[in-house]
Amino acid sequence: MTEGILRQILDYSSRADPYPLYEELRKTPVFHDGTGPYVLSTYHEIKGLLHDPRISSDSRNLTAVAGDPLSETGEDEGEGVLPPSFLKLDPPDHDRLRRMTNRPFGPPHSPRRVEQMRGELGGIVKGLIDAIAKEGDPSRIDLVEEFSYPFPVTVICRLLGVPPEDEARFHVWADTLAASLDPDPGADPAERADKTKGARMELGMYLAGLIEERRKNPTGDMLSELATAQGPDGTMTTMEVLSTAALLLIAGHETTVNLITNGMLTLLRHPEHLARLRAEPDLGVPIVEELLRYEPPVQLLPQRSTLSDIEVAGVTIPKGSSLWLILASGNRDPKRFPDPDRFDPDRQDVQHLGLGSGIHSCFGAPLARLEAALALSELARRLENPRLLEDPPPYRQNAVLRGPRHLPIAVDGIRD
Amino acid sequence: MSGDAALERLKREGRIVVVGASLAGLRAAETLREKGFSGSLTMIGDEPHEPYDRPPLSKQVLLGKATADRTALPRRLDIDAKWRLGVPAAGLDMKARRVRLADGDEVEYDRLLIATGVRARPWPKPEEGSLDGVFVLRTRDDGAALERALAAGPGRVLVIGAGFTGSEIASACRERGLAVTVAERGDAPLVGALGGVVGAVAAEMHRENGVDLRTGIMVTALEGDSSGRVRAAHLSDGTTLEAEVVVVSLGAQRNTEWLTGSGLGAGPRGIACDAGCRAFDIWGIVTDDIYVAGDVARSPHALFGYQFLSLEHWGNAVAQAETAAHNMLSESAERRPHVWVPAFWSSQFGVNIKSVGVPSMGTEIVITQGSRAERRFVGVYGYQGRVIGAVTFDQCRWLDFYEQQIEQTAPFPPPYSTVDRRPEGNRPLDADFPDPSIPTHGPTITLSGYSPADRRMKFTPAHN
Repeated sequence: MTEGILRQILDYSSRADPYPLYEELRKTPVFHDGTGPYVLSTYHEIKGLLHDPRISSDSRNLTAVAGDPLSETGEDEGEGVLPPSFLKLDPPDHDRLRRMTNRPFGPPHSPRRVEQMRGELGGIVKGLIDAIAKEGDPSRIDLVEEFSYPFPVTVICRLLGVPPEDEARFHVWADTLAASLDPDPGADPAERADKTKGARMELGMYLAGLIEERRKNPTGDMLSELATAQGPDGTMTTMEVLSTAALLLIAGHETTVNLITNGMLTLLRHPEHLARLRAEPDLGVPIVEELLRYEPPVQLLPQRSTLSDIEVAGVTIPKGSSLWLILASGNRDPKRFPDPDRFDPDRQDVQHLGLGSGIHSCFGAPLARLEAALALSELARRLENPRLLEDPPPYRQNAVLRGPRHLPIAVDGIRD
Repeated sequence: MSGDAALERLKREGRIVVVGASLAGLRAAETLREKGFSGSLTMIGDEPHEPYDRPPLSKQVLLGKATADRTALPRRLDIDAKWRLGVPAAGLDMKARRVRLADGDEVEYDRLLIATGVRARPWPKPEEGSLDGVFVLRTRDDGAALERALAAGPGRVLVIGAGFTGSEIASACRERGLAVTVAERGDAPLVGALGGVVGAVAAEMHRENGVDLRTGIMVTALEGDSSGRVRAAHLSDGTTLEAEVVVVSLGAQRNTEWLTGSGLGAGPRGIACDAGCRAFDIWGIVTDDIYVAGDVARSPHALFGYQFLSLEHWGNAVAQAETAAHNMLSESAERRPHVWVPAFWSSQFGVNIKSVGVPSMGTEIVITQGSRAERRFVGVYGYQGRVIGAVTFDQCRWLDFYEQQIEQTAPFPPPYSTVDRRPEGNRPLDADFPDPSIPTHGPTITLSGYSPADRRMKFTPAHN
């Protein structure tokens, strides 16, 4: 049965519901078909490896993995467009860059940065829903196009300090780059690669210009801080600021789109929880946490490798092997979560793997949590009698960053 | 009456008494109720306060960022207990199953849980220790009083002892901009718990942050002025140091005196109990109705050669209390061992320090990740060819891995390479723990007792 199971996971027909395949996979906690990666699907084993210093995230330790979907620099990396971001580095370089990036973003140096955006985020959410109310067709709203995609892109622009008048250009580049992470077998690869490369080049040049400007006239946004901050780790080079900004941009919104969309889809399938959320907006917080367990936007981490022979669940994985850590499967491991296939926002002890764990655990987690909780609470409050028009909705091709490409819904109206 | 019926009756209408109204006592009480105990529950505590949390006292409270009276422990559920606060337990009659209180009252029990913890070791000369401006730090009242003294902006603070609490106090003083001297009998701060290799890093942290750290030195006397305020300390090198505030931070003493003569196996090292938290009597026979949890307990740990461990650790108190409560209400076959892997944390000079296992059992150390020079590293302790403990400075996300290595008795030195191994880390060093025959104010962990293979008492690094 496990024969070809990886192919089945990657196969588009599994996209809407990969969980039965994961259940099958968990019967073999360390799965290896002889040529491909070692696949880990059980909670405790994945958690252990995420904290294991013998596991590298630096793809230079790996033989090339085709179409590596989490790589923000993709296949262009070898051409030196941008140096690898800290997502794809090991300590000590990872630690230094992540620390420097964290200074303007979170504790201890900027403990309130995310919380201070709450009002602004609420304003963006309100604006987007108002626009749907004004211009949308209540009998068919695509929640992805009209809400869960534009929201995080706008947020990341504000956070980085992209001027509002440039946001539209930014959206186009972000869109193209996001599409490049979403291999569509129908498209002409050469054409796509060209387009992607062009977008990356334009984005890079745009950001470089912005960084230069901020270096001369810092304005307090993240780009200014990254470009000018002088801490115990020194100052980032322009190339480091560029690759960090590109990471924040791509990793910071592509995942949030799916978190919000998966969230709304799940709530529409569980109307009792949607009704509760409408009555009690604070439930957004536990709902998002359970969503990160139940439908995590990052399904698997495909780019880890072993620096030594290591033993996991009785199997020795040789040095230099490629690992796939199926976070979404670990999140449904009955050995860790009772009744794991049930969506239960009241669940206690939700130490899920949805945001990873260990030193590479999601950098943007506080922002993603806040964005998703605000978005879902406000959608629940304002949409009157929302219902799914297609179930399952059409999914993106991507098996790693999994989520609906469109989420068509109908509503009776939109409340003020 | 069958065992089952007796147990059901205990659960329904039994009397359980918890002596010690702090973290372990409260968590035990909550667990008893969660497990369906509906009988009478009495909580006895010598302080007038309901259970509160101690870690903030040496951290946020001393920085003025939290007040001592706001550290009450959150309640997981209503435990519906009779509270006897502000009255210490004064004696135990094991035969009659009664706890005697200091006010003469007696409380009967069917099951007793002792969680009386530890208290700060006072300055050995009482007349000097009672001078105005001399403090210890253990209780909420201690924390509030010391905070007030620091807020008044004293010209110099002297901290006696550079263990974890002493170091945290020194760190708080520096953060408040106060001049502070630390006098440590050992060769470095934290040396008893983490050894000299790591202690040297801690010493750098003190000095770089402007602490006047003096090691290998003892305070021989405290001197007051005519109004009874402390004004100076005399040191063993013949010098005199003027200080307006003196904090005595010489470790802890276990609160077991009230059990003297009771027949329970209680002494200065704590109350001996089995891995299921059942107390031993003085003959080494396990009792069936008296349980122990938290800092005052001393129990054998399978992972560490069945040595008896006393742990002054927050997480240990919680886990042990839950195990004790579970076992109090269980048939023998359902009882669980307390096999918690020791773990503790500290925060000082902006550095997060965490440890797992029992570093002080280690004889060698290897830096497996990071670098001591950057003060961000993982140090792994080895004992007879196996990993026995680990410490991290600002690297705590790796700790789970090392905990597993300890649980699996992984080989030492570690044979693998890691994502971050610097040249200095390749070689095991002598961990450089102090000679146990030379007394210091003591590690946070003391090891002693007998293993099944060797029933003689082993010498213990002096704790008393």
